[in-house]
This record gives sequence, C-alpha cells and structure tokens, in this order.
Amino acid sequence: MGTQRGTWRVCPWISGEFYRERKLKPAPFDYAKPHSAAEVFDLLEQHGDNARLLAGGQSLLAGLNMRLSTPAILIDITGLESLRGIVKSNGVLRIGALTTYAQVKASAEVARAAPMLCEVISWIAHPAIRNRGTIGGSLAYADPAAEMPACMLALDAQLEIAAKGGRRKVAAGDFFRGIFETDLKPGEMLTAIEVPVIRANYRSGFSEFSRRRGDFAMSGLAAHARFDGEVLSDVRLAYCGVDTRPVRERKAEQVLEGRSLDREVLAEVKAALAEDLDPPDDLQATGQMKLHLSQVLAERVLTVMARAEVG
Amino acid sequence: MIADREITLTVNGERVVQRVAPRQSLIDFVRENLGLTGSHVGCEHGVCGACTIRVNGLLVRGCLTLAVQADGAEVHTIEGISDSGEIAALQAAFLERNALQCGYCTPGMLLTAADLLKENSSPSREEIRQHLSGNYCRCTGYQSIVDAVEDAARAMAGGSS
Repeated sequence: MGTQRGTWRVCPWISGEFYRERKLKPAPFDYAKPHSAAEVFDLLEQHGDNARLLAGGQSLLAGLNMRLSTPAILIDITGLESLRGIVKSNGVLRIGALTTYAQVKASAEVARAAPMLCEVISWIAHPAIRNRGTIGGSLAYADPAAEMPACMLALDAQLEIAAKGGRRKVAAGDFFRGIFETDLKPGEMLTAIEVPVIRANYRSGFSEFSRRRGDFAMSGLAAHARFDGEVLSDVRLAYCGVDTRPVRERKAEQVLEGRSLDREVLAEVKAALAEDLDPPDDLQATGQMKLHLSQVLAERVLTVMARAEVG
Repeated sequence: MIADREITLTVNGERVVQRVAPRQSLIDFVRENLGLTGSHVGCEHGVCGACTIRVNGLLVRGCLTLAVQADGAEVHTIEGISDSGEIAALQAAFLERNALQCGYCTPGMLLTAADLLKENSSPSREEIRQHLSGNYCRCTGYQSIVDAVEDAARAMAGGSS
C-alpha cells in the first residue's frame, strides 16, 4: 500500500494527507504595517532573515499558503506613499514599486512612454490579481517565468533600491540572479523602477505562450528595437520562462542588427536561438517544446513590430 | 505567541470590529468569522477564482489577501452584491442558460463577469473568455457561462438582440 501511494508525496499539497493534516494555510507569522521607510529598515534590521516584505502579496501569500517559506514576520509596506506614483521627467519614466498592474495598464503616461509595459499587463495573471499585484513585488520575487522581469531587461530599466544607509541603482541586467534570487541584500527594499522613455523610431512588443490565459509563461518574449524604415538596430530580445532568470538572447539580437525582417533573417534568428537557449523541462512543457515556442514567438513578435504604423 | 490584531472594516455596508490572527486570509475571515459562506475556498493559492470578492470597489482574490490587510477597507461579498440587485441580470442569465451545475465557481464567476460588464458593456466572446480566464469551472465547459454573460450584456443594454 505504501509504495503505490509513495509517489504522491513528491507533491504533498495534492495528496489527501496534505489537505487533512495541514490544509493550504500558512504557518503562523507576525505582522507589522509601518508608515515610513525608516521604520521598515528598523524592522528589517531587527528581524533579519526572518522577515519578508509584503507588497501586493499575490505571489508571496500563495507561496506561504503552500509553506514554501515560513517567515516569522511580514512587513506590509503598502502604507508607504512614497513608493507609489508614475512620473515622467528628463526622458525617464519612474514607476513606484507599489504601483499595481492595473494602475500601470490604466496610465496614459505609461502607454505613451513605455507602451510595452501597457501591452504586457493583459498577459499577467487575471483581473483580480492585477488589482493587487505590484510591479516592484514581481521584480523582487523574481519568478523566472514572470513577465515583468523580462520587460525590464528589454527596456534596459534601472531598479532603485533603498536601505538604511542610502539609495543605489542597479541595471535590470545585473539584478536577476537566479530562481527567486536577486541582487537585493539584507536590509534593502526595492523602491522604484526607471525606464528610458521610448525614442522616435523605436518599437516594442510582447507575447507569450501559456497553458491558460494569464498563467505563467512556458515562454514569453519582450522585444525592443529601432526601426529605420525596415532596418532594425539596437535590438533587445528578453525571454521569460526558459531559464532560471529572464535572459537576453544576444546571438539572435546580433543576427538582426542592421537587417530587415525576411524569411532568411528569421531562419537565422531561430538557428541562433537554438544555439543559445537550452530551456529545462518542467511540468508545463519539455525544454524542446519551450525552445520551439520561443522561436515561434520571435517570428510573431518581430513581424508585428515590423508591420506597426510608425508613431 | 503571536497576538491577534483588531481590525475595523465594513462588510456589505455593515461595520465590523473583530480580532484576527495575522495569518488568517480575508476569505476565511468572511466565511468563518462572519458566516458569509457565499464566497468559496478552492485552491488557496490564487489559481481558481472561487474566493473572488470586492475590496474598496476592486475585485481581489480572498485567499491572497490577509484579513489584517482589510483593516479600514470596504468589503463586498456575493451576499451584499446579490442583495443590492446589482447583478440581477447576470443571475437571471446564468439561470436561463444553465451556466452552473454544482455552483462552486458561480459567485466568483458572477463577480468577475460584473466587473467586465462595468468597463465593457458589449464584450465579444473572446473578451468574455479572457476576463473570466482566472475563474475555473469544472462542470460547464464555459460555453454556457459565456452565453449567459453575452445575454446579460444585451439585457442590460436594453434587451434588443
């Protein structure tokens, strides 16, 4: 009897035992809701590794319910008004870390200055989750299949990080380190992102494949490029869902540099992706399938961008 | 020992003051502490949409929101939204179209459909499917739910079809 049931233990939350014995409830934790950054840093100093910052909570609370982690205290930062707001100045669009997906989507400023961020939102989860999930939360959580981190890479964003001693900025390309792993150090908090305002002749696009609309991507592509007539340059292709972190595909970008999109170029892009990408198998798809989907996405997203009306 | 917190909120228009454990979800709070069992608990990690409720006018997952986070908030559950008559047209269409069998997903479906119709009074079938994509139904195959939302949109627009 034991052996047949044994396989279920690999995934405890789908076994009957899990529901009977533990349910999907988080381990007990304490809760604090400070109203200034200084208080947040004091709490982080006091509790160290035992504390987690809570923003929208749309990934964190799901993980806690499954007891993937068991922090002693959640520090709810949603009371920090300084982490909200969308401001454009000097060619940079600054979005506060606590800005929700729904607020990003509704912002006319974002639509003009960084259309990719507007476009990507409808691919992220579902309306109820987009009402609470925040842009900063997604980046700090660093799920390798999440869409927002890949967009940050494609847009060459700077992430603003604060700690007791001051502030620093880090390029998106240096921020994501691995599965749920970032450049954030103990005592630090992500406070805002800064995206360069899209320049004349530049276009962007996003698309993904998932099993169900709004689920995490099996593969997703955020693309950004300059178009002079039909000729591409300064191409940035960032994928999510295919590695332990969002990744730029530099060989494929190189192929596109200075050329216009045609059958031959697309074939070369796909070949470059096959050389560069080696996605691991997961529950949703085999690595081979993910590679194929990534190639299809490159063709689709770039083709839509090439056809776009010049704004 | 972790101390309970006192929270003050309004639920379906009524002021509520209660003490809750920090780890208690908002959906468990409305179901177990307040006895409002119209909203359901499904997957408890944000995937199924059975726990959909409204906080400060916005649709949220009740399983991914803590009760302590709702301190000071205005919460509406399917009971309040049903009583107010706000979703009467949707409810009638769901009944007419057999858009439910076991009914487990229905409260979440109704709230999510109402949210769609608020911002888009004549959605396409594709738009309906997309907006409801975060709500699982294991009975109907969704066809009849999409039919019902379409019907309700027409009825609310004045009954011309």
